[in-house]
This record gives sequence, structure tokens and C-alpha cells, in this order.
Amino acid sequence: MDITLSTIDKQFGQFKALDNIDLHIESGELIALLGPSGSGKTTLLRIIAGLEFADGGAVYFGGEDVAATPLRKRQIGFVFQHYALFKHMTVRDNVSFGLRVRKGETRPDKASIRRRADELLDLVQLSGLGDRYPHQLSGGQRQRVALARALAIEPKVLLLDEPFGALDAKVRKELRQWLRELHQKTGVTTLFVTHDQEEALELADRVVIMSDGKIAQVGSVDDVYERPASPLVFDFLGSTNRISAQVQDGDLVVGGQQVARYNGDQTGSATLYVRPGDLRVAGAGDPGLEVTVLNVQRTGPIVRATVEIPPTGQRLAVEVPHLHHDVKEFVPEQTLRLRLMQFSVFAAEPEFIKDGVSTPHLIGRERLRQVQ
Amino acid sequence: MSAVLSGKASHSAVTESASVRRLLIAGALLFLLLFLLLPLMSVFFEALRNGIGTYVEALTEPDAIAAIKLTLFAAGIAVPLNLVFGVAAAWAVAKFEFRGKTLLTTLIDLPFSVSPVVSGLIYVLMFGASGWAAGLIADTNIQIIFALPGIVLATIFVTFPFVARELIPLMQEQGTDDEQAALSLGANGWQTFWHVTLPNVRWGLLYGVLLCNARAMGEFGAVSVVSGHIRGETNTMPLHVEILYNEYNFAAAFAMASVLASLALLTLGLKSLLETRHGEALSQSHKH
Repeated sequence: MDITLSTIDKQFGQFKALDNIDLHIESGELIALLGPSGSGKTTLLRIIAGLEFADGGAVYFGGEDVAATPLRKRQIGFVFQHYALFKHMTVRDNVSFGLRVRKGETRPDKASIRRRADELLDLVQLSGLGDRYPHQLSGGQRQRVALARALAIEPKVLLLDEPFGALDAKVRKELRQWLRELHQKTGVTTLFVTHDQEEALELADRVVIMSDGKIAQVGSVDDVYERPASPLVFDFLGSTNRISAQVQDGDLVVGGQQVARYNGDQTGSATLYVRPGDLRVAGAGDPGLEVTVLNVQRTGPIVRATVEIPPTGQRLAVEVPHLHHDVKEFVPEQTLRLRLMQFSVFAAEPEFIKDGVSTPHLIGRERLRQVQ
Repeated sequence: MSAVLSGKASHSAVTESASVRRLLIAGALLFLLLFLLLPLMSVFFEALRNGIGTYVEALTEPDAIAAIKLTLFAAGIAVPLNLVFGVAAAWAVAKFEFRGKTLLTTLIDLPFSVSPVVSGLIYVLMFGASGWAAGLIADTNIQIIFALPGIVLATIFVTFPFVARELIPLMQEQGTDDEQAALSLGANGWQTFWHVTLPNVRWGLLYGVLLCNARAMGEFGAVSVVSGHIRGETNTMPLHVEILYNEYNFAAAFAMASVLASLALLTLGLKSLLETRHGEALSQSHKH
């Protein structure tokens, strides 16, 4: 079932939770709604489900406006952050609830209901736990019961609100992998809300990044990670070094040093965004940025160094895998040249003033990795 | 090992010395004995002073039986009605947002803050001979004041908050996720209420009903105003105790009082039993 959102608005008192949201989701896609808390991602999910109603705009399921369809008729599988399992029912009764409340001919007989529930428990790898009560299960198991319960009604769309938010890191990783596989098996259009960029990037086909009730960027994982549309998106998807720079005649200049070629035709002040992991020691003849190493920390798989750009005194974080041949170059008080493997450049001064709010304007980026 | 541990515990910084502790405990026990246990025991003692024969006789005389029946009858109507009103009010307040919600919450508490005498008086003012609502029922044969309907009305009014007050915080704490989950799975409103909301609050509900019942049977002030004290007709148990006492029929008065006291003890016992289970159910809900 494909979903189309058209100019969705939602206001809570004075707070504009969603501002003119347009989005199309193809049938069978696995989509992450990613954003900081208060960005409107959960509200959007709840509006799609019918748990909340938009002040303006429309939601279409397969081309059909669902405004008049109440929650219980939308055939939505909704999974809550805190599972919302029915405590007084066994796991099997929880899973079969959606079938048991059906009326008349649509309701399967008792034996089929039981069989279906056990099939679903197999699917979520909880075979044999059907007679337990929710409080006898671990958090990860509970969330899988909640998923099985949502799948029991053969939903057209599966919506998950921070599904792994209440679980510890290890279980969270396992469940991610598992949800990905489950999605491949069932092929149900799935949307999940998360504030964890790693989770979004690892799981989703496409990521919708939200901020202040607006969509900041929509795209594949590679799109949003390598071609962020704004400093905000860049910032949100991982740790960031921010460097003041000048763009002059196709060169990017930092503190008098010509650090990279730049293929746009703008000129002026800019801010350069580069991730700690995208900095490497430059070979002779490469463009690069001269820095002094301040300190080095080995933290297991990653070696982290803090370096300083001499003329400005600005500090940068650098991350190198612990077996990389660059590691030995990072010696405190040594001077070395760093190459910016991949970065984004945004105009320092807001180019546009819109509704009294300055919007950062992208002026270009260079991906050296592809140039060479 | 345990001796070592307990020895350590008695020296911990927050514990008083043994003599101070003994003094405090003795003080508390003495207070309990003087103000709670002795009076309660004296009720039973006075009731049985003239022997078990008098006791049974006092409870089986027609007026006494009428009073017991009336009390059970009034509670039998008031408690189920307040069960329904209370659940409905709690459901509305805890699960929905609407205009005037604060006002409704305050109104639910009104019977607690109004003197029971006033609670009775409002019905006399409404349905009494010169009351403004008396005209409504003038043509029918229904009598409200100094009759059963008045007693039931006053009892309902006075005991209204018990169920609602017990359920509102519980339901608010549980939130609406479970209900939303049930609805998303295709359940209708009634199925959601019956299979999800009600089981979630069952112990709290039973607790509220118990307290409501205890008050319904023991209510004196409001019922006294609307009852008219007609022996064998509109006398509830508490009113009957008062009449007997005023007639210097102490043995009979205390006999009836002992029944009320037993009822209270029974309620207390059930209540503490429930509190253990109710507490477990609550902590279970925290685990989810």
C-alpha cells in the first residue's frame, strides 16, 4: 500500500508541530522518520495511523483519502515504544487479539486463530512462549510480541514509534537486524520513528529527516549521508567538524591554506563541514590542511586525535581505524597535513531570509574520493 | 552472619538507640489502644453486657431487621450506580481531553467537601413540600423526602467520589497506549473498554467499590436529614443506633452498633488484602 501525505499541518496550541508536509511512500518501502525530539516525527506517524488528526492537508492510502476512516478500520499495525501489551492476557491472547475482536464471518474459528497466533510467534522467534504473560518476558521479547500482534491483522502499513528506544544497546542492534529481515519476508510498507541516526541509516531504504515540523531532507541512506542538503542534516547524521573558510577562484582556503579544489563558481565566506572519520594524512602533492597534533586516544576500534589549525587555533577531531597506516603519523606535537576526503561547504552568511528565519544556503561540495 | 548484620544495622546512623525506640513504640501502641481499640472493644462489650440472648433479641426485633434491610437496600442501589457513574467519570477524565475537564474533576470531589448535613438538605430543598422540584412529582404518588428514594439519593450523593477518585489517578498513570493499541487492532469502543480498560483497573475498581459500600452503609448525616426517622420504615442502621441510644436502650443500640463495627472491620480486612494484591498489580504495570 503506498502512502501519500499532502500539505499536512498540525498545531498544538501555539506550537506548530507540522508545517506543510508533503511525502510519498512507495508500497513495500522501509522508511525512517529521523529527527531530534520535538521535530514532529512522532506526530506525523500518529497522523498516518489515525491516532491524531491533521489541522490541514490529507493522507492517502493507495490513492484514497483516509480522513473519514477511523483508526480501527485503517488496518494499521502500530507498535508503541513501551509495547502497550495487554498485561492480563497471555502472549498468545495478545497476538490473537486483533482476530478475536472481529465480528461475524470475518472472525476465524478458534482453532485457526490459535494456529495463526502460533505461526506469528514462530515468525518472531518466540515459539513456545504463547502461554506466558508479558511481565515474564524480557524487553526485546515484549517488543517482538507487540510486532507479532500488529502483524496478526495483516496490516497494509506497519508503523513503529521509537520501537527500540526502551531497549539496551545490544538488544537494539539484534532487533534492527531482525526487523530488516522481517520486512524482507513480509514486504509490508513500514515506517518507523527514531532519533538514532545509526538506527535510521542501518535499517531504512529511505530516510526522512525532520526538523522543527518540516522535512529537512528525504533520500536514500547514501543521499542524506553523503549529500546533506543543509548544515542541520550534516550535523544530525554524525559528529562534525565546522571550519570557517573562504571560497576563491575554485579553491577552498582555510587560514591562508589552500585545502581543496572546489568546483562551484561562488566566491565568499563559507563554512566547511567535515566528519572526523573523513580526514586522512595527505600524500605529497595532495591538497591538504596543515595541522598540529595535540593528543591521541586509542578507544578500541577507533583512534581519536585532536589536532589544531596553527594560524587560527581551531581544533578538529580526527578518527582513524586502529589498524590504518595513518595511525603512526599521529604523534603529539607533530605537524602533518590532512586531506579532506569528503566534505560539504555551506555559505556562512544566510543567502535567503525566509519568514524572518535565515535558511542556510548550500553553495557546493566536493567529493575528492570520486575525483581521483 | 545474620547476628553480625543486625548488630551493624542497629548502629547505623539513622536508627535511634534501643531505649528511645522502645519508648516511641510504646507511645504509639498506647495511643492506638486508648483511642481506637478500647472504644471499639467497648462497643462489643456493651452489646454483650446483658448476655447473648438480649443481643440476638435486639438484632431480631422487627424494627432492627427493617433497619438492616433498608441499609442493605440503599447500599445495594447506591453502590452499583456509583460504580457505573464512577467508571464513566474516571474514563472521561483520564482518557479524553475536553473543555471543562477541570470543572468536572472539582465537581466529582464536591460531596467530600460539603458537610453531609448540607448534602441531605439540598434534597429536602429540592423535593420537600415547598421545594422547587416538588411540583414535578406532585401529580404522581412518588414520595422522595422521608422515604426510600430520598435515602438512596442522599447516599448516592455522599458516596459518589469513592470509585471515581480511586480510578482517575490509576487510569491517568496507565495512559491511553493500551486503548490505542486495541483500536488499531480493530476493536470497537466497547470491546476496548471491556477487554482492555476494565481489566487494567479491576483491583482499583474493587477497592473503590469497597470504600463506597462502607460509606454507603455507615452514612449518618445526609440520610438523617432526608429520612424523617420513621421507625421500621425510614430508619437505616446508623439512625436506628441513634434512636435506641436516645431511648437509653444501650444494649440494643450497642448491638446494632456492633454490626456496623463488624462491617467496618470486614471492609478493612478486605481492603488490606486487596492492597497487597492491588499493589502487586500496580508494580506489575510499572514493569511494562
